[in-house]
Amino acid sequence: MKTNYDVIIIGSGPGGVGAAIGAKKAGAQNVLIIERDVELGGILLQCIHNGFGVENLGEELPGPSYAQHYIQEMRDLGVETLLDTMVIEITPDKKVIASSQEHGYLTLEANAVVLAMGCRERSRAQIQIPGPRPAGVYTAGTAQRWVNMEGYMPGEKCVILGSGDIGLIMARRMTFEGAKVERVVEIMPFINGLTRNFVQCCQDFEIPTQLQTTVKRIIGKDRIEAVEIAQVDDKMNFIPGTEEIIECDTLLLSVGLIPENELSRSAGVELSPITGGPVVDDQFQTNVPGIFAAGNVVHVYDLADWVTIAGMKAGENAANYANALTAGNAPTQDVTEIQVQPGQNVRYVVPQKIAPQNLHNGTIDLQLRVTHPIEEPVHIQVLDGDTLITRKVEQYVRPGEMVSVKLKEKDLEALQGVQTLSVRILEKTKVK
Amino acid sequence: MTKEQETLLCVSCPKGCVLHVDKEDGEITHVDAGCKRGVVYAKQELTDPRRMVASTVRVHNGLLPVLPVYTAAPFPKDKIFELLAIIRKKEVTAPIKKGDILIKNPLGYDINVIASRDMPVAK
Repeated sequence: MKTNYDVIIIGSGPGGVGAAIGAKKAGAQNVLIIERDVELGGILLQCIHNGFGVENLGEELPGPSYAQHYIQEMRDLGVETLLDTMVIEITPDKKVIASSQEHGYLTLEANAVVLAMGCRERSRAQIQIPGPRPAGVYTAGTAQRWVNMEGYMPGEKCVILGSGDIGLIMARRMTFEGAKVERVVEIMPFINGLTRNFVQCCQDFEIPTQLQTTVKRIIGKDRIEAVEIAQVDDKMNFIPGTEEIIECDTLLLSVGLIPENELSRSAGVELSPITGGPVVDDQFQTNVPGIFAAGNVVHVYDLADWVTIAGMKAGENAANYANALTAGNAPTQDVTEIQVQPGQNVRYVVPQKIAPQNLHNGTIDLQLRVTHPIEEPVHIQVLDGDTLITRKVEQYVRPGEMVSVKLKEKDLEALQGVQTLSVRILEKTKVK
Repeated sequence: MTKEQETLLCVSCPKGCVLHVDKEDGEITHVDAGCKRGVVYAKQELTDPRRMVASTVRVHNGLLPVLPVYTAAPFPKDKIFELLAIIRKKEVTAPIKKGDILIKNPLGYDINVIASRDMPVAK
């Protein structure tokens, strides 16, 4: 097999497959996608519920169907694949070191790399739930893979900690497979996942869901026997007297996704402490020239459709970078960049840097999440100090639903000489 | 003439709009929604609620032991568990192609249960 590629993509979830398609369409000759599992598709293979493709394909497909659609397109474009292969290191000069049973230890070289490794789930150890460590405590995604791909039932009587999308989806899935889901508990005063998932998973099946509640300790010796739950106040302190013991044989954790960036670190990629993902610009390029990143590895998206689009853009930009390198045109380093910061009520904004002259080629989408729900009309304002550059109105905003605001070519004039932009959210009633 | 108002959460798209439905004598007179799809959803939900159903069936000789399947169209909400009981008993053999009809017209609603993906034969 070859050892040099124009573009190497790590991961074949919606981000990676999108990047492969984008790279090929932009004219990259040799594009390789490396996947650690035995088949392509990434996390979509275990997301068997409907809801994928609503925006991109006009259809409501299950995850595997959505994945297969784009994988076919990728194959038709002539993208090469390496399966059952784990990338163990990426160097700052874009060597990709991988290992597989079939090929042994591989050292590949790329002109451009796209990081599309997605996320890992936050574990019990990371949130430090007190108590013994019996079997039966799993992350919701682990349970999802077992039920939907490996044919195992994690348990019969289940409590779910966390109201993120994976927890809500598994509440329904476990119920469908005959388990009794006793309770969904969420530490925040709001549902974390999409409203539609709360309706279709908890409300539809009358699964009791409690906010400002969490698991205080785990009970059980070899196998979990019960959890003690309790309510918390606005400062996250347990409220005495609200404890309740719920018998169960399974505890599923849906307490957050963490962008998977061990490889990014090895390549010297700068990470944002807020998102946990690479700091990227409007081209999805990291601080390392020629290393791009797309999808959940950058920040957690709500929809695979948006990840595919982000992947396609990153792949296209990676291909343009690789093509420029091959043609002997060193990509310009002295590009005017504006830092984008989160302002009031905004937890983070991606991309963290933009090059305003790219507005000549198209809009720049600023994607953000709010710190807490605001259930009334709001203005999303992009500001240079006190000067309003652009704004968008939304009827309400929630942390579980990503918000985006576009910068357009017409904003270019106002962006001249600007060094920092901030994005904030104000209730409409508070806007002057 | 009895006038009622009902509130629903829309599930048609990720926005999750709140829908306000006005009813007179049990008939829907007006729906306040974020878009046209919300109006359609509200009317369907209050007369004949339906949901897409996804599950898995046992597959023999395949790359994986289970195959994801789904209803080709939204299924009557009150029949979901009956449908799941039928799906649970179904077993198929690889190879399977995405879109293959695995259970034809269960419970008579003219909605098939189809394969979500190709399932190749195990290596």
